[in-house]
Amino acid sequence: MATTALSPRAGAYPRSRVYEWLTTTDHKKIGIMYITSAYIFFLIGGLMALAIRTELAAPGTQFLNPDIFNQAFTMHGTTMVFFFVMPMLAGFANYIVPLQIGAADMAFPRINALSFWIIPVSALLLFSSFGLGGAAAGGWTSYTPLSEAKYAGIGQDFWLAGLLLNGVSSILGAINILATIFKLRAPGLTMLRLPIFVWTVLVTSVLLIFAVPVLASGLVMLFIDRNYGGAFFDPAAGGDTVLWQHVFWFFGHPEVYILILPAFGIISEVLPVFSRKPLFGYKAFVLATVSIGVLGFGVWAHHMFTTGAVFLPFFSITTFLISVPTGVKMFNWIATMWRGKLRFTTAMLFAVGFLASFLIGGLDGAFSASTPIDFALQDTYWIVSHLHYVLFGGSAFGIMAATYYWFPKMTGRFLDERLGKVQFVIMFVGAHLTFFPMHLLGISGMPRRIQDYAPNVGWQDLNLLATIGSYLIGFGTLVLLWNMFVALRGPRTAGDDPWDANTLEWATTSPPPSYNFDRLPEIRSERPLFDLKHGGAGHAPALPSGEGSQR
Amino acid sequence: MATLGHAVDTAAERRMLLLGVRLFILSEVMLFGAFFTAYFVLRAQAPAWPPLPDLERPELPLVGFNTLLLLSSSVTMQWAVTRIGRGDAAGFKRGLLATLMLGTVFLAIQGYEFASNGFGISDGVFGSTFYTLTSFHGAHVLGGLLLMGVLANRARLGLVTREHHTAVEGVSYYWHFVDVVWVVLFLTVYVL
Repeated sequence: MATTALSPRAGAYPRSRVYEWLTTTDHKKIGIMYITSAYIFFLIGGLMALAIRTELAAPGTQFLNPDIFNQAFTMHGTTMVFFFVMPMLAGFANYIVPLQIGAADMAFPRINALSFWIIPVSALLLFSSFGLGGAAAGGWTSYTPLSEAKYAGIGQDFWLAGLLLNGVSSILGAINILATIFKLRAPGLTMLRLPIFVWTVLVTSVLLIFAVPVLASGLVMLFIDRNYGGAFFDPAAGGDTVLWQHVFWFFGHPEVYILILPAFGIISEVLPVFSRKPLFGYKAFVLATVSIGVLGFGVWAHHMFTTGAVFLPFFSITTFLISVPTGVKMFNWIATMWRGKLRFTTAMLFAVGFLASFLIGGLDGAFSASTPIDFALQDTYWIVSHLHYVLFGGSAFGIMAATYYWFPKMTGRFLDERLGKVQFVIMFVGAHLTFFPMHLLGISGMPRRIQDYAPNVGWQDLNLLATIGSYLIGFGTLVLLWNMFVALRGPRTAGDDPWDANTLEWATTSPPPSYNFDRLPEIRSERPLFDLKHGGAGHAPALPSGEGSQR
Repeated sequence: MATLGHAVDTAAERRMLLLGVRLFILSEVMLFGAFFTAYFVLRAQAPAWPPLPDLERPELPLVGFNTLLLLSSSVTMQWAVTRIGRGDAAGFKRGLLATLMLGTVFLAIQGYEFASNGFGISDGVFGSTFYTLTSFHGAHVLGGLLLMGVLANRARLGLVTREHHTAVEGVSYYWHFVDVVWVVLFLTVYVL
């Protein structure tokens, strides 16, 4: 029977490029589809953010009525977390991890395609609710009882179903990544020679496998409550409202690290290359990444200090504790740049911008870990500021750095560096202009998730400033899109190794052939390509001819 | 990966596939773990269990018998794995069919039990937790039966051999997991 399963030889079936992309199991094409769709969701989520900021620019109702406003901030958060950052990082992981470990593809290529194609389907489910009676409006955290059948319409059910599907995609993706990293590493590539990006993706995948099923259980319980008369979160029938918060945040806090760890990995690839130095303290960095992964499951109730239902000292201490490994990384990065031969490419600028912005976001987090401060700041704009410093100044800047860094590998073409620097300046200024005033608004008591505020409380100027900043971010995004549009029409001038980099993805052509490598350098450290260029190491013996094309 | 058509599973392929299955089961452990946690939290807060005095917990004998059925299906499944490992295709098919039948009867009895219970999913936290846990497990049994149906069809076509039966091992891992979940479920939801 074996012969019947032989795949047809390439060229035997002339097929359209569209068909090729729709049916591909190549990790690189799937990665590019992940990244492209994530950028589309970034635009959708970004437009919702601009709508929110437009409404808040001045007191009174000018642009969005309260109902639509609630849907806008709920779907903005949901889109950015589940459909922008997660698929974007999954896309980079998909494209880069097999290349960095010298593999021909992922462990399970067809499951890989399934993981991707679930994303647009789940997004369709989620966004269709706008036309079918209104989207979910209870915030991306969907706290009960606000999200129960009594208060929330059918949009909440679409939200639950959409996220459940999205979670299936995440779990399958994580299994695939882990099997790939554990089983398909090139000879000589031991665990402690893995590039840091691979390490962060590994820990992220473990977090996904442990955290996403817990969210899934919560989604199912809420769905049963809403549609089949269940009583999980209904105190009147013996249920427990706070149980939802526990379930959600047991997922939700590891989720924070799921959103940021791969960005840490990206920064740790970019900084050494553009500082012409190895990453400072490789092993400490790996240990810090693993510690964050472990500690990440012990801090969830710091989102729930004010419920009065959690043991404050424990969760306060663990929260302070988890800032230690994160702090270690800050020093890793700074020491990597110290006395390095710095090249300020756009990728490097975003990486340095990441350091500055994420530091502020991280310090905000340490403030909120102190329970008395948290009691004062809970549900104010301070929290909005903190999470955007971490997710925009952190994850999104990391994603921008990755885009500029790996675009030449993916397409063979450079993004324009001058436009890139313009984009960086606009986005950096825009981000701080948007999110810094929110600190002050939070301290002066402005609650999050409000559609309007009184003109006499002194919040007007800072809100206007934040709105101007958000338009700058939007403009910066247009610059990026224009840059991509122009670059994709230009000639392929990037070459295999345009940045003089260290890791294996640069040891093959740009873009790589479908089987990735004709031959691999000998791997003796976490910088095999650097060794090849500067250490006199030879190539490993070439693969027997024809071996690669069968993959 | 070196061989086309997958007539032979290399040791590396087998290890990779089974690692994938184990990781999937790990995520399932977290899923059921979360449901069980919710169950214990809600039950610990209830003044009595069941909280409403007119609800009766299901009778044990029938469920106990059902538990024995599912436990023996794990034995027949493992027997099928052993047979195919020795190249005995006929013995493998017998073991697989026995497992399929035991699983089907288990689901039928569970359906009967659901119909004869004096409470529904909307009867407070007792009903919600009971039916969520048991029917989620039942859905996993059904999933296992579908997988076995696929295996049976492949066996009919002669595609399951001593050299190529990693899928059988993967399904057996999953089936044992579903079995273990049921034992925990039986002890906590029915007995305790």
